[in-house]
Amino acid sequence: MSINLKTIKHISKLSRISVDEQKAEKLAGDLNAIFKFIEKLNELNTDKVEPLTSVAETTLKFRSDEVKNQNIRDQIIKNSPEDNEDFFVVPKVVE
Amino acid sequence: MSDITSQSLTSLVKNIKEKKLSSEDVTKAFVKRSEKSKELNSYISEDFSNAINKAKKFDEKPNLDLKLPGIPMAVKDLFCTKNIRTTAGSKILENFVPTYESTVTQNIWNEGAILLGKLNCDEFAMGSSNETSFYGNVQNPIDKGLVPGGSSGGSAAAVSGQLTPITIGTDTGGSIRQPASFTGTVGLKPTYGSCSRYGIVAFASSLDQAGPMAQNVQDCALLQEVISSYDNKDSTSIDFKRNQYSKDLTKDIKGKKIGIPKEYRVEGMPKEIEELWQKGITYAKDCGAEIVDISLPHTSYALPTYYIVAPAEASSNLARYDGVKYGFRAKGENLIDMYEKTRSEGFGAEVQRRIMIGTYVLSSGYYDAYYLKAQKVRKLIKNDFDEAYKKVDAILTPSTPSSAFKIGEKKDDPVSMYLNDIFTVPVNLAGLPAISIPAGHDAAGYPLGLQIIGKAFKEQEILNLAYAMEDKINFKNKISDWWIK
Repeated sequence: MSINLKTIKHISKLSRISVDEQKAEKLAGDLNAIFKFIEKLNELNTDKVEPLTSVAETTLKFRSDEVKNQNIRDQIIKNSPEDNEDFFVVPKVVE
Repeated sequence: MSDITSQSLTSLVKNIKEKKLSSEDVTKAFVKRSEKSKELNSYISEDFSNAINKAKKFDEKPNLDLKLPGIPMAVKDLFCTKNIRTTAGSKILENFVPTYESTVTQNIWNEGAILLGKLNCDEFAMGSSNETSFYGNVQNPIDKGLVPGGSSGGSAAAVSGQLTPITIGTDTGGSIRQPASFTGTVGLKPTYGSCSRYGIVAFASSLDQAGPMAQNVQDCALLQEVISSYDNKDSTSIDFKRNQYSKDLTKDIKGKKIGIPKEYRVEGMPKEIEELWQKGITYAKDCGAEIVDISLPHTSYALPTYYIVAPAEASSNLARYDGVKYGFRAKGENLIDMYEKTRSEGFGAEVQRRIMIGTYVLSSGYYDAYYLKAQKVRKLIKNDFDEAYKKVDAILTPSTPSSAFKIGEKKDDPVSMYLNDIFTVPVNLAGLPAISIPAGHDAAGYPLGLQIIGKAFKEQEILNLAYAMEDKINFKNKISDWWIK
């Protein structure tokens, strides 16, 4: 299997990472080398193997869903790259 | 002053408790040495003047019952520290100031330790040489131009170079043990679920664990005792009976069965690594342990499995960096354009590569062929260990297939960089604890480490084995202070 530029463009769209032609070619080369290395897994027959989803053989614990007001609204807003003091600001999405 | 920074954590704690040293003496000594060590580039953010003030405050009313009374400590910049910038080695978090503290660091401050600063690491802990950090390479104190390993490279260099008495790193595929091995220090990756992941910048959630990096095994045991706790803020934290690791430490390992897996004898492994391993076997025997040959047949499938599972989880975890609520934002013509440019300019090349691999293996039409396949092989790898542990108490292997390499040497070849983690990755996939201890030097005088892998939750067992073997190995790190003018 080989990853071509079309596939790279598709993955880049899904990943929300813009790539230009030069970067796409470099990525295609890198990803092909990595996937060649990954293909080794095809040597194994895993038809009867259960997938491992967690190493800890316990069930997840539930905790009550409590509201805790820590009064950190201003600090959280301050971390945003653009805000109007009350809201996060993003480029216009509706006309 | 230099005699303060060369002391072990255990000895500093003892001296503070016996009032032979004050927290201010100790903190100032490490601050002074850190300031003279800029060339190592161990720190991303320094908090030195606050640290000295906190030390003075501690000395006014010292609580000497604490486990880390007034001990200064720098930590990897992957742990969120309240009101102190946390970057994860990335441009995208350059200005991020957390509003909360990670559980592991909170446990450390609760025992009286004082933050010195935040240590350099590979971007989002993705790397084996600290070269992917947005904040530059870290120099290995062992020799100029040498990588300290990664991703906890700044942490390893800071302990080895004596800029901090001890530190914490995180280990997803070897990020504590490999840099420990490259810098002649001790590094422990605890059992998955032993240390809370709350407040640690996430890379691959089913593999990430925090752990101590220290000058010796006793210090390592003491910090493990402090950081390991059950935490309901991490839904994968496990409630098990934790030892008093430093108090329960013993060199009596008589009759313990240690497995030697033949599959770790990989092609092209340097002769000196093989010799180190043999030496390790002899030391273990000298300590009264019994050596048993074992097989972990799926070892060679661990790295390919890891390079599906870890990027898949990373691509999902890193979806949150969109330039909206925090972090870097690039200008875009519309919302989607802003997302795409933010992530393209904010993430470095290795992080983008892994996000793309992860996105691909999880994408429609490829999920079964890659991700599901990897989860099945991961099961086989875990089964290998379960089977081996019917016969042995622990497993002894080399920590890395080579000693530290030169900065730039492997940077442009991702696969050769990934091969660094060949001996450490299986442990993360199986969720087991493992410790790397320095055990010798190669021809160039660079340190080499041995890895002891334990059963799940048996940190005490591997700490004891490491403690007994450390005594026999009698390793001395060769640090010339070359970077101090």
